Amino acid sequence: MLTTRRVDAYHALTLVAPGIAEHLRPGHFVAVAVGGPRSSMLTRRSFSVHDVKPDYGGTVELVFTVRGPGTSWLADRRARDTLDVVGPLGRPFPLPRDPVNCVLVGGDYGSATLFGLADALQRRGCRVDFVIGAESAERVFGALRARRMGETTTLTTEDGSLGMRGRVTDVLPGVIADVRADVVYACGPMETLRGVTAVAIEFDIPVQVSVEEAMACGFGVCMTCVLPVIGEDGITRMVRACVEGPVFRGERVRFEDVGTIPFDAAGAPGAPSASTSPASPGGGGGPRNVS
Amino acid sequence: MSVDMRTYLAHVELANPITTAAGCASSGRELSQFFDLNRIGALVTRSITMAPRAGRPTPRMAETPSGLLNAVGLQGPGIDAFLDRELPWLAHRGVRTVVSIGGGTVNEYGALARRLTDAPGVTAVEVNLACPNIEDRGRVFARDGAAAAEVVSSVRALMRYDVPVIAKLSPDVADIVAVARACVDGGADALSMINTPVGMSIDTETLRPALAAVTGGLSGPAVRPLAVRCVWQVYAALPGVPIVGVGGVLTGRDAFELILAGACVVGVGTALFHDPYVCLRILRELEELLSARGFQRLADAVGLAHHHPPGGGTRHRPDVLPDPGAPGFGAAPGGSDLEESSL
Repeated sequence: MLTTRRVDAYHALTLVAPGIAEHLRPGHFVAVAVGGPRSSMLTRRSFSVHDVKPDYGGTVELVFTVRGPGTSWLADRRARDTLDVVGPLGRPFPLPRDPVNCVLVGGDYGSATLFGLADALQRRGCRVDFVIGAESAERVFGALRARRMGETTTLTTEDGSLGMRGRVTDVLPGVIADVRADVVYACGPMETLRGVTAVAIEFDIPVQVSVEEAMACGFGVCMTCVLPVIGEDGITRMVRACVEGPVFRGERVRFEDVGTIPFDAAGAPGAPSASTSPASPGGGGGPRNVS
Repeated sequence: MSVDMRTYLAHVELANPITTAAGCASSGRELSQFFDLNRIGALVTRSITMAPRAGRPTPRMAETPSGLLNAVGLQGPGIDAFLDRELPWLAHRGVRTVVSIGGGTVNEYGALARRLTDAPGVTAVEVNLACPNIEDRGRVFARDGAAAAEVVSSVRALMRYDVPVIAKLSPDVADIVAVARACVDGGADALSMINTPVGMSIDTETLRPALAAVTGGLSGPAVRPLAVRCVWQVYAALPGVPIVGVGGVLTGRDAFELILAGACVVGVGTALFHDPYVCLRILRELEELLSARGFQRLADAVGLAHHHPPGGGTRHRPDVLPDPGAPGFGAAPGGSDLEESSL
């Protein structure tokens, strides 16, 4: 580990990890063990990567917020500490073949993963515009960098402390129309991704979203990070965010059903063709209403 | 000096005692990115069901001190897709594969066994009797010796004679020895223990249960003493039956502990989520430990803690004494030790 710094409400860690830096593509994530070698915390914490640099053979920078004992431990790490990191993991952002207009939408520290993507897009001749938002100014990540990289950057905060008052989804239709966007990329909280996807569907343009789900392993064995996604064949499956994702085509993710097993999902209790009643007497096994 | 790490699961020889635990290695492909699956004793699959299963809603996982609660709900592709895609992939690479099966009725277990009978590449079948996730109109086979034995005997009757049937036991029972004995009487060639005990955690922020399914299986080092106790008791009562010890193994020392309690094979589960390379590390550490203690063969250490050290007196009274009439298992020192322990 090289440096650690505070960025507004977030922590940023730079790690010397040549093997990861070499193979990392925008949208990939890494899974970090927390608590040291004799830790009582067994699950890895997964983070998207903000930055990759060639210094010291290759460094990667992670951005995160302290949410519990694991991330709190991580925030206390100092230069020269070693970390146990597995990566790069997941399916990265697919890139367009042609130079097209791309709008990159970030909610909270979800914007961290967008700068590597913006770089890759610009190298292909794409136009990049940013829409970045959060609840308040100190939770908006990377506004300066977005201003430097993007043709335009629109900032939103719910309390109006920076940029426009509101959410990214309030300003997104205007941005898409103004820049004649061909594709939208988004990373952030599930609710933001749901809204962004709805806007993109309205404009009938493709949208790629990077989801954040609780994971224990990050490489596909624990089966805890599943969400309902519609496959090529039209069938909904509970797929793992870590290996089938974290990047999905937005319109294929059933955002309103996240946290449930939709009755028509492959292998859902009660058979797909059966009645819609969520009958499941086995104690909490039925679809959970999250609305 | 290298240690002979070979072990036997019933009559099937494994190159070493380290296997994955059921449900912790997904299809096997995920782990094969990290290491050659042929380097572990065997790969135990997730529990395969007849129909594809979507599993439980999320959140499915909650971290607890030195443990993990999970309620995945046996998400899996179903037996058809398993036989079409997953098993041939493993068989093609020559990976020793123990297929775990889970069902809601005795007939379903039987039907699964029938489908596996002619499938190439099945080293053994593990009968998941205890998964707390399985929705079976409130009935969990592992809680009742008779119900467990019925499942085991139906699977045993249908599987090829040369494929061992392993019964996976739950610690959530009043008398694990009684269930173990019933399973062996029902035809189980080996026993695996422990499955996850049922636990629960409440999120004090949201004021709700942490898991969508409310309760879940507890795994990780938090349950290791439970696993050691179960292996100890069953080995003492049924010394001729091979035991797969599973429960919170993170290191070679932990594996050694289960082996000393009576396990001849050790399953690694939750540790895989923490470290995809963990099986190889545990194997190396175990071999170093055995070597450092002067063992030439792993088999010599199986159940060794049951035998009092020579001249060591009887400081601890074993709560269940081995049956002197039972056939000795493995290469555990025989006659004289039994005399010594019969107080």
